[in-house]
Amino acid sequence: MSRPAARAVSGPPSGKSVFGRLADFLDDRTGYRAVVHEALYERVPGGARWRYVWGSTLVFAFMTQVITGLFLWANYSPSAQTAWESVYFIQHEVAGGWLLRGIHHFMAQAMVVLLALHLLQVVIDGAYKAPREVNFWLGLVLMMLVLGMALTGYLLPWDQKGYWATIVATNLAGIVPFVGPSLQQLVIGGPEYGHHTLTRFFALHAGFLPATLVIFLVVHLALFRKHGLHAKRPITKPDAMFWPDQVLKDAVAMLAVMAVILGVILMPALRAMLAGEVVHPGHLGAELGAPADPSLPYAAARPEWYFLFLFQFLKVFEGWGATGEFFGAIVVPGLIMTVMALMPIVGNWRLGHRFNVAFTLAIFAGVGLLTAMALNEDYSALWVNRASLAEAEKLHEQTGGDAAKLTAALGGDRTKTAAIERQWKTLEKVRRSQAYLDAVKLAEADAARAVELAGRPERIPPAGMLELVRHDPLSQGPRLFAQHCGSCHAHVDPLAADAEAVIAKSSAANLYGFGSADWMRGLLDANQVAGPAYFGNTAHNEGDMVSFVRNDLADEATWPKADIDAVIAAMAAEAGRPVPQEIAGLVEKGRELVAASDRCGGCHAFRGNGTDLGAAPDLTGWGGREWLVGIITDPTHERFYGDTNDRMPSFGKAAEGAIPPLAREQIDLVADWLRGEWYRPAQH
Amino acid sequence: MARPHGNDRSASARPDDGRRDFLTKVVAVACGGLATLPPVVAGLWAFLDPLGRTRGAASFLSVADLAAIPDDGLPRQFPVIADRVDAWTGFAAEPVGAVYLSREKGSREVRALSATCPHAGCFIDLEKATQCFRCPCHNSSFTLDGSIVNPSPSPRAMDALECRVGGNGQVEVKWQKYRAGVAEKVVQG
Repeated sequence: MSRPAARAVSGPPSGKSVFGRLADFLDDRTGYRAVVHEALYERVPGGARWRYVWGSTLVFAFMTQVITGLFLWANYSPSAQTAWESVYFIQHEVAGGWLLRGIHHFMAQAMVVLLALHLLQVVIDGAYKAPREVNFWLGLVLMMLVLGMALTGYLLPWDQKGYWATIVATNLAGIVPFVGPSLQQLVIGGPEYGHHTLTRFFALHAGFLPATLVIFLVVHLALFRKHGLHAKRPITKPDAMFWPDQVLKDAVAMLAVMAVILGVILMPALRAMLAGEVVHPGHLGAELGAPADPSLPYAAARPEWYFLFLFQFLKVFEGWGATGEFFGAIVVPGLIMTVMALMPIVGNWRLGHRFNVAFTLAIFAGVGLLTAMALNEDYSALWVNRASLAEAEKLHEQTGGDAAKLTAALGGDRTKTAAIERQWKTLEKVRRSQAYLDAVKLAEADAARAVELAGRPERIPPAGMLELVRHDPLSQGPRLFAQHCGSCHAHVDPLAADAEAVIAKSSAANLYGFGSADWMRGLLDANQVAGPAYFGNTAHNEGDMVSFVRNDLADEATWPKADIDAVIAAMAAEAGRPVPQEIAGLVEKGRELVAASDRCGGCHAFRGNGTDLGAAPDLTGWGGREWLVGIITDPTHERFYGDTNDRMPSFGKAAEGAIPPLAREQIDLVADWLRGEWYRPAQH
Repeated sequence: MARPHGNDRSASARPDDGRRDFLTKVVAVACGGLATLPPVVAGLWAFLDPLGRTRGAASFLSVADLAAIPDDGLPRQFPVIADRVDAWTGFAAEPVGAVYLSREKGSREVRALSATCPHAGCFIDLEKATQCFRCPCHNSSFTLDGSIVNPSPSPRAMDALECRVGGNGQVEVKWQKYRAGVAEKVVQG
């Protein structure tokens, strides 16, 4: 086969090295040299500058997302029962998974920042003007695609944060006129959020959006090359080549971005190491919340920080209803995007460019302001001095927030009234902020607990992590208690700082450590039995037990201390709680005392001592799981308080055909939580 | 309006490959390479994670009651039930595979054969009509005691599994997997 002589560069050896000849061979067959030349030897008018790095850095960021994204894909499983679980596995069990996910997570945020910088530079330098209008529009499309990927990626771990943020985002999409509801249903894959929401978001995040982005990016770069780099005027230095001068600056910028991201990921590890603590790599990098639970209130719901401005902007339209939302979420952002798209045309007018720069700066300032406002609302409790509001807080409690009463309370002092009213507003803000911070803390505790449970040797059940969390006494107990028991009962460690105040406000016994020796010691203490931690605020505060403890037990002749210790030991043993070492030998003696008809057995039935049920709670199995489940189910049963029951509802009992306030399983969870029985990881 | 920033690279600025630029080039490549390294390293690190994972040690699993295996020398298929962990999911007492069990007249000795074909891992059938084992994938054939029937794509006989009968009459099989496609019977880690 003959070849044109001019192309026969791989002819006889001409003193070239093997590599040189191989390169010649390849160039002959592919023409790669021309391509490389085309790519590298772009002229940079006026020489390389730092302000030109943003575009290249964005491409680098995108490539990083592609690389890390593909490797994450190799481990991710999009379904409602496996999304959280597989992300947990990546984060905590796959070697290096925490780093992979961390880079992907933070590079996504860096990309948004770089986008903003790129846009700012293009507008300020006037790089959007003719003949580069089309490329500017392509850039705006690319920006929307990147934001779309950020939005869809946020859901993929299927944790509380991503789930609730997506609910909000898709509901906002649903208010678009005419097509909104259909659009929403298409995006979430049906009328409900679930498997198909994840498969669709994943397909968008890892397929449709990046593929579209690549197409637009190729055209964007081709047009950029066609028109050449838009140089910043005035040009004072000689021209340079893209390679290596501008490439060096680009590469340094890329390295800086990567260094910042690695710094963010590794900083907590460094801090822990310096403090001499053990570093668990699973806790580095991107956060993973508790698994998504549509049945659980999630007050810590917030969009990712770069969407906070939109979140805050919608608050401006509070009280306007759906119209306000439509206006704030769709009309205004749509108008802003329209103005941006018109910039190349506006820029042709005399003051057009100045308008464009001013408009862009105003938008950035507005976004910054809204973000700051959102952060201030959420975090103000951290820096507002609550002590300075103490007087206002007290007055608020006294007057119930009534302005007229306040003026009266202040003796008609109008200036002071106004000042206090201003402080009330601050107080309200601080309270809301505190509620948010508490919700974040709770969310963090839930997340940590979910991770702890996922690490059980039995692993996650096939039904998924949510199943495990819902059956976990430590996760559910406090919530059920707060909802159903906490309006009367306290549950606070008596040694805690605020214990006294909490207990004083309660109207039934403090159930912290119920069944333990410490709890029983308090009950049998004449000074405590009628206090608020026991029967003080109940109908039993002048009952037989109170008078028994105050009179009989206080008499050391009939009840020497050793006997009381014995009863305490016996009851702790009955509850299945640890019996303190020093009284451990007294259990048998205690049981005899509890059973004896002239001691506790006079009123209480205990282990077949012959006392009839009904006069006082049955002490057989007292404080144990079965006993607790029994009293929560029905305290009016003759085994417990019978008709002397104070106000406690029968949580497990309902009229024929009705549903009881608590299901049996929920009662079990409360009982297990009160008894401190939940999964604890083995100590390493 | 003349645009001086066009893509005209024919004139003044020829690529300069001189030593002046050498350092710049080295630093540029080094910075770019360093910046790209973390995602690639993290990705490969995570991708290679499965290499570090091993199957747990094989253990004896109770598969049947001795009385459930007729002493006529004919193999019967029994499911193997075991706890199984699949990445993050734990399955309790789930069928994880099958064995063929047989015993001779009056014997308490049980022969256990893995139903997994040593050739390429398909599930071997017991053909009642021809009284032999046959793999539906590539027609590897085995006699009822698991010996190879030549010519056969399978490089070795069916994998016999360690088997014992407990005092309570429970037949226990050491559930193990062996590498497919090789002549030697090698435990798969």
